Amino acid sequence: MPAAALQRLAALLPPERFLTRPVELAAYESDGLTAYRARPLAVAVPETADEVIALVRLCHELRLPFVARGSGTSLSGGSLPVTDGIVITLNRLNRILKLDPAQRIAVVEPGVINTQVTTAAAPHGLHYAPDPSSQSVCTIGGNVAFNSGGAHCLKYGMTSNHVLGIKAVLATGEVVEWGGASREHIGPDWCGLFTGNEGLFGIALEITLQLLPRAECFHTVLAGYRTLEQAGDAVSAVIASGLLPGALEIMDALALEAAVAAVHAEYPPGCEAVLIVELEGPRETVAVERERLDQIIDASEPVEARPARDAEERAAIWKGRKSAFSAVGRLSPDFIVQDGVVPRRRLGEALRRIGEMSREVGIRVANVFHAGDGNLHPLILFDGREAGALERAESLAGRILKMCVEMGGSLTGEHGIGVEKRDYLPDMFSADEIGLMQRVRAAFDPLGIANPGKMFPGTEAPALLQHGLHPLEKAGIISRE
Amino acid sequence: MITPSSLAELREAVLSAPRVIAVGAQTKPRLAAVDAVKISTRLLRGITEYDPSEFTFTALAGTPVSEIIAALGERGQYLPFDPMLVDAGSTLGGVVASGLSGPGRFRYGGVRDFILGVRFVDGAGRLLRMGGKVVKNAAGFDLPKFFAGSLGRFGVLGEMTFKVFPRPASTLTLEVAGDAGTITEAARSRWELDALDVLPDSGQVVMRLAGPAPALQIIAREILAKFPGRISSDECWSNLREFRWAHLDGVLLKAAITPDQMAPLPGHRRHISAGGNVAFISLPDATALDSINLKAMTLRGDAPLWIRPRLPNAITKDVKNALDPDGRFPNLDD
Repeated sequence: MPAAALQRLAALLPPERFLTRPVELAAYESDGLTAYRARPLAVAVPETADEVIALVRLCHELRLPFVARGSGTSLSGGSLPVTDGIVITLNRLNRILKLDPAQRIAVVEPGVINTQVTTAAAPHGLHYAPDPSSQSVCTIGGNVAFNSGGAHCLKYGMTSNHVLGIKAVLATGEVVEWGGASREHIGPDWCGLFTGNEGLFGIALEITLQLLPRAECFHTVLAGYRTLEQAGDAVSAVIASGLLPGALEIMDALALEAAVAAVHAEYPPGCEAVLIVELEGPRETVAVERERLDQIIDASEPVEARPARDAEERAAIWKGRKSAFSAVGRLSPDFIVQDGVVPRRRLGEALRRIGEMSREVGIRVANVFHAGDGNLHPLILFDGREAGALERAESLAGRILKMCVEMGGSLTGEHGIGVEKRDYLPDMFSADEIGLMQRVRAAFDPLGIANPGKMFPGTEAPALLQHGLHPLEKAGIISRE
Repeated sequence: MITPSSLAELREAVLSAPRVIAVGAQTKPRLAAVDAVKISTRLLRGITEYDPSEFTFTALAGTPVSEIIAALGERGQYLPFDPMLVDAGSTLGGVVASGLSGPGRFRYGGVRDFILGVRFVDGAGRLLRMGGKVVKNAAGFDLPKFFAGSLGRFGVLGEMTFKVFPRPASTLTLEVAGDAGTITEAARSRWELDALDVLPDSGQVVMRLAGPAPALQIIAREILAKFPGRISSDECWSNLREFRWAHLDGVLLKAAITPDQMAPLPGHRRHISAGGNVAFISLPDATALDSINLKAMTLRGDAPLWIRPRLPNAITKDVKNALDPDGRFPNLDD
């Protein structure tokens, strides 16, 4: 990269918002997939949509790769920088441009934090439904790029189901606007295609989100079971009953241990699994449905079932669940979070096989998952200081992914393919199908400069591949400058 | 008209003519009224997979929606987005290609929110699968959503997988006097309405509640204490679903709107749906089109496909080329 090109980019922003010093770049080398890191040439910190457009257009002219980044919480390495490109960080485009309680929409910039949308909507009795576990830090721009999920997807869908309009700058520099304030559209669904593009099409500048009335009433039950299988059977019984819970979550023994250690969550003793079920709706509806749910849970013979008696108890249940990923950090210096999906009827079988694989290779796996939609989150624990440990953990992760696809599921329910799972894409899609996706990508980005190295296997990997930290670095003895 | 009876034959059909367009039961005839050889999906019929415990089914494109609704109903499930023109014979492929959803889209979303996966034939004659067969999936680009409303201009749908929900225990319909303000207030309420429309003839607001019967009775009393009206019958929904209110030989349009665009125009019959987010407009003939001040799509009748069209952007052409390099399917504005 000639210095002249970098200088032209730098000229688009004030010097304090175009970072090139190693100490400044270090913070952007990695995202939620901490095993990978790569140092970009520079980090641009735009504050307006016009600045983003100018940056992308110049990158296009210079054929310079760029990686858009929000809060860097991607668990699939979706915002991992490329060493021959720049990072465009969008955190300062953090304005809620419009909140229309009558039409129940919010128009936001990409750097707005997920929970801030609900915070702004709450005084009007509204909320933004998608709730990834990282919602207190992750941005809407990142949610849109990766079609983030959360604990309420069975009933409410994913990010894509809540995006009504998008204004974006494509990798060609073209600025497009699709959809808008209406919940309906005519013609092809461009917002649907753009959402989940993993940063390969361009950068969203303004996003119109639908807001929903906040449910009036919740009934949240935490039930502990002696075996994981019993918890799984309880899920099947709830599904078969005709109820449509807002959430159906399971945590296994190791995940429970982590939540206890991290946030002092309390669970019934002697349980190998905990099920969380939540009903929501108008109070009259919940009153009828909770009776039915309580009967089903009773019949499933839990060690103990604890309905939340008030909002505080409900919040405590969710705190334990949502902290589970980071809580596992208490049990192990490193871990990989997997995100495969299996048909719900095969959940029990999938968990059994994960357990077998885990014992076979001697690697601990904690399970936290969205049981209602078959979305597994095996947390594969390893110690990156041990030679070959990361590779062994990744190998186990790969076997789990292949199992999910073989069972008729998916490589990813909500984290996206990113860098992490790109080599497994051919397990789910044929060469022709990947070819088509590459042609679609090329329509948006003929030069391949938008977030290169993500989603597609093999060739397109200009940088990355700096596995893990240096052992001395990890021990805090050295640090990169 | 070519009538393939398998997905392999569908591929051949696509390659058999320089320009082709798929049709189902032709209940929205304007959408396929283009100069192209028609491929009928009539023989691509049947539910290929259905496991109620998964909340999903897979069916061939030519399967009548009525067949699907019946099969789901037997297992206490339904398509929450309320497909339109069911009695008229509309097919699953037609529902997706037209992107048409009914009043039920108000609560949980439209056809684009329930489609999970597609198998389709692209312009080069390749049979491809996109999306998945499980209720949650973020692998690869979301082309299934893109196909919702794409009018067969980017590929021919062969088979689709959908998410379904358990059918609510009961429903209750209320008819009240009201306007855009009523719609806005009801849409934000604690009641979680299942549908919220405006009737074409009377201009009355209709609300559908769905859930356990004892709960609905209490909620209905609260609504009627607030808005003057009455408990009505569920019959109005099938009238709306089948466009029985519209001019039979006239022009029928669909527009995506917001509640502030609900104000009626003289001489138009209109069904406002989905809490003021969709307008279906019926005109006796095309001469009244000039008065339409909304962007709209013509479902049937002798009128341009797009009313007040948006200028196409470069990406539309480029994505079209990616899926259909030889222009085997018509363009959106043909």
